[in-house]
Amino acid sequence: MSEYVIEMRNITKSFFGNVANDNITLQLRKGEIHALLGENGAGKSTLMSILFGLYQKDSGEIYKDGEKVEINSPNDATALHIGMVHQHFKLIDIFTVLDNIILGSEPNTIGFVNRRKAAKRIKALSEQYGLNIDLKAKIEDITVGMQQRVEILKMLYRNNDILIFDEPTAVLTPQEIEELMKTMKNLVNEGKSVLFITHKLNEIMAVADRCTILRKGKCIGTVDIKDTTKEELSEMMVGRKVSFVADKPETKATDTILKVRNLSVQSQISKKLAVKNVSFEVKAGEIVCIAGIDGNGQTELIHGITGLTKLKSGKVYLKKKNITDAPIRERSKHGMSHIPEDRQKHGLVLDYTLEDNMILQSYWETKFVNFGFLRRDRIHYYAEKLTEQYDVRSLQGVKSTCREMSGGNQQKAIVAREIDKDPDLLIAVQPTRGLDVGAIEYIHKQIIEQRNNGKAVLLVSLELDEVMSLSDRILVMYEGEIVGELDPKTTSTQELGLYMAGAKRQGKEENK
Amino acid sequence: MLLLILFIVLLAFLLKKKRNVENVKQNIIDAARDEMEVVKTKKQFNKEWFKDFLKSEAFKNILASLVCVVLGLLIGFIVIIIVNAQNSPKAIMAILKGPLNAVKWKKSLAIVIFKSVPLLLCSLSIIFAYKCGLFNIGAPGQYVIGTMFALVAAHAFDAPWYICLVLAAVGGALWGIIPGIFKAFLNVNEVITSIMFNWIGLHLLNYVAGPDMDLMYNLTLAECKKLPVAAKLPTFGSEAFFDGSSFVTVAVPIAIVLVIALLIILYKTKFGYEIRATGFNKDAAKYAGMNYRRNIIVTMAISGALAGLAAATFYLTDYEIYSAVKQTSLPAMGFNGIAVAFLGCVNPVGAIFSSILITYIGVGGSYLDTTYYSSEIGNLISAIIIYLSAFSLIIKTIIGKISFKKKSKKALKEVKEADK
Repeated sequence: MSEYVIEMRNITKSFFGNVANDNITLQLRKGEIHALLGENGAGKSTLMSILFGLYQKDSGEIYKDGEKVEINSPNDATALHIGMVHQHFKLIDIFTVLDNIILGSEPNTIGFVNRRKAAKRIKALSEQYGLNIDLKAKIEDITVGMQQRVEILKMLYRNNDILIFDEPTAVLTPQEIEELMKTMKNLVNEGKSVLFITHKLNEIMAVADRCTILRKGKCIGTVDIKDTTKEELSEMMVGRKVSFVADKPETKATDTILKVRNLSVQSQISKKLAVKNVSFEVKAGEIVCIAGIDGNGQTELIHGITGLTKLKSGKVYLKKKNITDAPIRERSKHGMSHIPEDRQKHGLVLDYTLEDNMILQSYWETKFVNFGFLRRDRIHYYAEKLTEQYDVRSLQGVKSTCREMSGGNQQKAIVAREIDKDPDLLIAVQPTRGLDVGAIEYIHKQIIEQRNNGKAVLLVSLELDEVMSLSDRILVMYEGEIVGELDPKTTSTQELGLYMAGAKRQGKEENK
Repeated sequence: MLLLILFIVLLAFLLKKKRNVENVKQNIIDAARDEMEVVKTKKQFNKEWFKDFLKSEAFKNILASLVCVVLGLLIGFIVIIIVNAQNSPKAIMAILKGPLNAVKWKKSLAIVIFKSVPLLLCSLSIIFAYKCGLFNIGAPGQYVIGTMFALVAAHAFDAPWYICLVLAAVGGALWGIIPGIFKAFLNVNEVITSIMFNWIGLHLLNYVAGPDMDLMYNLTLAECKKLPVAAKLPTFGSEAFFDGSSFVTVAVPIAIVLVIALLIILYKTKFGYEIRATGFNKDAAKYAGMNYRRNIIVTMAISGALAGLAAATFYLTDYEIYSAVKQTSLPAMGFNGIAVAFLGCVNPVGAIFSSILITYIGVGGSYLDTTYYSSEIGNLISAIIIYLSAFSLIIKTIIGKISFKKKSKKALKEVKEADK
């Protein structure tokens, strides 16, 4: 028997001449939690997709228990007992937990699903690993943390020994993250091996035994966690020193820029009230952060304020002007900038070139239009200037199609465009979602600079670290209501988590 | 010949997607001077444009369309073999060489050109709407309303040809605006409304041009009266060139001007920027504060006007006299415009070529030897090609996959060599 359960030797994989994995070697010991750390685009996902059979490697070898294996499809991976919890769960909402777990490998007696037999096995498994779950509940009714448990049980049910977790903590509350860490430790104690993909250093320091760092498709090295520090890891990952604490001088909040009164917004999908009677203000020179778990009405609230959705009731004022029914262009002209949550859906026309996207909010201005004709020369010049200033990188400069750009650079392009409008109010919704440490640091700097320049910033974020380090005030949203207004200096992450989970709320009179 | 040169120049212009250096006027702001440098280096780079072109998306598009046409002809050939194997080589040659092999080849060439124009305009109508993310299946309806406006103007008001043309465009635009309004304000799918308005349009025309209205009806021949001379499209002496055929009219230069105009609108103007943004990503267009309602309606109006104009270029000649009694189904011209648009890679310049090609094969079909083949075979073959042109997307995907494989293999090689 080999020392390693999985050994990926000298894996190389390229797309269109871009090398995503360059001669990478990854060795997973039996019974260890092995973290795979890297920025976005470093090749983590590609490497794991090769292991899981979604992509085929160009060269290199994969060994399982010392034997060479070929993995050409996810079915091959399953046969080798390799399982993966994807970042976006692959569950069927209207099925029960039990049905979701057995889906695809249902135990049957002459064609009928034998649910009792399955339930017995799953119960045994959940007791063994301490994963309590209600088998009869429907997926749509249980929390995200529970859904993740279902995914884990799904892997265990299929007797998988090697468990791959792809960014598992992105959608969880602090309490749920802690639970997950415990579960992971239980799993390795029972003899499983865990591969843990992440770019969050705290989590690696907390659970992992060893860590392999990738940067720009190359393997930088594998380190023992007990011999290293967070700073060292981040330096290996980014290739330079990174400051974790956002540098934030004291400023004084002055005039009220955005005033929201008794806002209610209907959900576009379920037609239920997604935002219920919400009121708050954002002043110049402060960052107000709306914290909360995904799906508690943040999206609808922002759509209501920016004019993407019609309000059910309530009023919105921007610099004392009532913009409740104003068209989007009017709001934009009046000093509102919006970094949208979904950069590919709202933020960019992916099939346009970068320069065309850079003027998406200002193409109508006289500096770019002459008697209805676009002034290509000026647009080109403007886009070149902006991409240089904000360090937006692309293969063919401003003429590259945005679809071909990396997510981080797409986001940087949006941030550049929206900040360059010199707005009075900057609304940023999850501006760093899915970005690497370097890009996050950069975008945080830009947001803080806006605040320091006396702009009002409304930030929506699911990342607790981001909420705590950036905001001057935190508003916690739970089920469409603001359940608390907190000061990040006097609040702990744990307390914030309780508000986010709905376990704690301030009296109603406080948030009026 | 002159036309051919124009086509080539246009094609080169479009494929390179080069920003026009000449257009950069001398008096622009200082800032633009730096940009001139960039443009200049770009220009040098373009010396290798043929190599780039072979790798480009446009080349894949053209290749896919050509594969479609060849496949269509192959299947057509198989059909001919099945019907009568002995004479099949002769038959396929008759279709391919037909119009040019005829004794009066200049006359048949004139017919090819004449019929290509309305087809081209219909496909421009489809293309323009498609760029805004709309599927204008209402082109046949806009076409018949265009017919109605043109004929009524010609017969009832003795209007000259240019007024007839303008009115036909107005009629088509009206018929385009209605589905546009439904789409913009009530979010009713434009495909459904425009299909219904196709039939409303047809019956409206048949009423107006039919015996009940008695406006232009010729009872003895059961069709419209002969077109007044004033309404006939002028030929500017092209008869001399085409052996006396009077079918190559002012419509040809009009169509070419419209192709250029559409290209300019789509790629050079603010309106085109909005249209294409809406077509690519409706949500982003909304986010950017574009007035998508107005854009949808204006797009449908322009699209309808093009289809209406198409009808006028067809009926304002002596080629065919409209018969309300015989025309009981929607004209194929509008629908064929869809196929032509896709065969031409949804590109105005591409549509010029595809419309000529489709018409050529259609006309060629009429040269089949009718002792061995029924005259429907010619129609059948052009139908097969039209049908297959809808496959151009699939074929493009296949071509894309092949070149992807080649590319990644090459890249791997480079990596390996670099390692050595």
